[in-house]
Amino acid sequence: MAKRIEVSGLNVYYGDFKAVEDVSMTVEPRSVTAFIGPSGCGKSTFLRTLNRMHEVIPGARVEGKVMLDQQDLYATGIDPVAVRRVVGMVFQRPNPFPTMSIFDNVASGLKLNGVKDRKKLTEVVESSLKGANLWNEVKDRLDKPGAGLSGGQQQRLCIARAIAVEPEVILMDEPCSALDPISTLAIEDLIEKLKDRFTVVIVTHNMQQAARVSDQTAFFNLAATGKPGRLIEMAPTKQIFSNPAEKATEDYITGRFG
Amino acid sequence: MSSPDGTAPPDRPDGTAAEEAEPKIEDLVHEDAGPTPQFGGLAAEHADHDAAQQPAEVMTESGVEAAGTTTATETGGKLELGPVGHLGDRLFGGLARGSGGLVVLIVAFVGIFLLALAIPALIDDKSNFLFSRIWEPGGDQPRFGIAALFYTTVISSIIAMLIAVPIAIGVALFVTYYAPKRLAAPVAHAVDLLAAVPSIIYGLWGILFFAPILRPVINGLSTALGWIPLFEKPPGDNVGVVFTASVVLAIMILPVVTAISREIFAQTPITHREGALALGATRWEMIRLSVLPYGRSGVVSASMLGLGRALGETVAVLIILSVPNGNDPWNSSIFAGGETFASKIANNAAEFDSPEKTGAYIAAGLVLFVVTFLVNSAARIIVDRSTPGTKRPRRNRRAGAAEGASA
Repeated sequence: MAKRIEVSGLNVYYGDFKAVEDVSMTVEPRSVTAFIGPSGCGKSTFLRTLNRMHEVIPGARVEGKVMLDQQDLYATGIDPVAVRRVVGMVFQRPNPFPTMSIFDNVASGLKLNGVKDRKKLTEVVESSLKGANLWNEVKDRLDKPGAGLSGGQQQRLCIARAIAVEPEVILMDEPCSALDPISTLAIEDLIEKLKDRFTVVIVTHNMQQAARVSDQTAFFNLAATGKPGRLIEMAPTKQIFSNPAEKATEDYITGRFG
Repeated sequence: MSSPDGTAPPDRPDGTAAEEAEPKIEDLVHEDAGPTPQFGGLAAEHADHDAAQQPAEVMTESGVEAAGTTTATETGGKLELGPVGHLGDRLFGGLARGSGGLVVLIVAFVGIFLLALAIPALIDDKSNFLFSRIWEPGGDQPRFGIAALFYTTVISSIIAMLIAVPIAIGVALFVTYYAPKRLAAPVAHAVDLLAAVPSIIYGLWGILFFAPILRPVINGLSTALGWIPLFEKPPGDNVGVVFTASVVLAIMILPVVTAISREIFAQTPITHREGALALGATRWEMIRLSVLPYGRSGVVSASMLGLGRALGETVAVLIILSVPNGNDPWNSSIFAGGETFASKIANNAAEFDSPEKTGAYIAAGLVLFVVTFLVNSAARIIVDRSTPGTKRPRRNRRAGAAEGASA
């Protein structure tokens, strides 16, 4: 598990509007890569192209290549549904299925894959919840609705749901922005642990968070309002935060961004 | 000179309004009093003026709106900080309260009317009103019961619902999640148009055109399932049967059930749908995981509303259903004729010659009223008891999509 992502010359369009321009990068397996940048710079959009979730929005399309090891995700004959089964995603707002129990939430992905064996489901639910640092908090109430948990617990439930299907990559779109600091810490600890098994890509507005959790950091920016977002710089996190190559990066991380 | 956009009261020409209004402003402006008394004076005067006008005015919404507009023009930028619109507030508040009270009053009066006319007839009834199938009101020994009417009404409506709801869910899902945009809107409109067809047309179309088409279906069903009394076909080639009426009723309730289901499906928060899609759900799996659970209570209440409509539908049922001959034994089959509450009452409206007879029909109407009321209440209770534990975020799809795009 855990695969390398290689993106080359990727442009993303919403209809006629070019949202992201010419992004090329390599995301190493078993590492955490953080995307930072101002709002509207296309980092979330770009993240969504890594599992073709951007296609949920009508009119969205890409040019360029996204390779997951040797497989182009945009080659003809590739089903986006199949892509999403190997590249999981966690969203900004925790979104457990509100009518399902905690158990069913975690098991939902497996059930989609046709796993029916109750014993196997129980095993995976337990290991996924443990993997999401949630097991001890919910093991006595697996049959209760997932929507009854706190925000931070719900987000970890969503992570458990994502890892239950054993994806190659986990994408996280600002996973902590709706959470309080303590829940955020719990998620950050979890991200640290997840990278032993998965390739993790996280979009964050919180630069301390990027500095804490990531190995590599990519800075996105746009030239002006209405212009497409671009990848300005990507480097090991230490380097980005201590000695960035680009002036724009330095301005942004030191808060001089205008 | 009634202005269609409601800018002037219907019975007052614009010119008069201006004449009446302008001198007042002039007078007030040239007075040396402070702003507050000025406005107070104006408001009071205006109130008087309006009170005087009111009896002449038809109290329509446009009339009230016009009053509000006039206040605004008369104050015209001079005293912007004053309590603008108090008069309009009072008028509108009064109107709103009045309307609310009126509705309650009307319902109460309908109930009282039904009870007052039904009770004497019910007291005279010589057979069991709820469980008897005989209908011989009037005369010295009135005997009438609603069992047969109740059965036909309920069974025809339930079959209509069973046919309409799956189709409505299918259409709603197609329009919201499957159809390309340029197909979705026309389909939605076509279904909405079904609601605009008068029920008399449905009745004529149903009996003259649709019933013969349905005959093979009826024959097939009765051949296959005839051993169940419900599907046992009586001899003869009768097409004006409960089943035909049910299918036409299904078409009639399709628009309302579709419209509500469509609305609720489209409101499924994008976060729920993305949660399913990100797990690698296909479109149908996404619908099953997120859209249907979210929309379930809405669909149930939509079905109940449809059921309520089907229960009370009169003209179409009246035309389609053939009234069984009084000498024939009662038949529970849906392939036999029959009468519903509404069609029975409408069929016999000419017979309301004595209070006893009228009372019997009114009593039947009362039962229909109660049944419809219960069905609608059930719909309401189900809606109120929606998804447990979560407050439903009501965000439309476009907003969600825009959010996704902006990130």
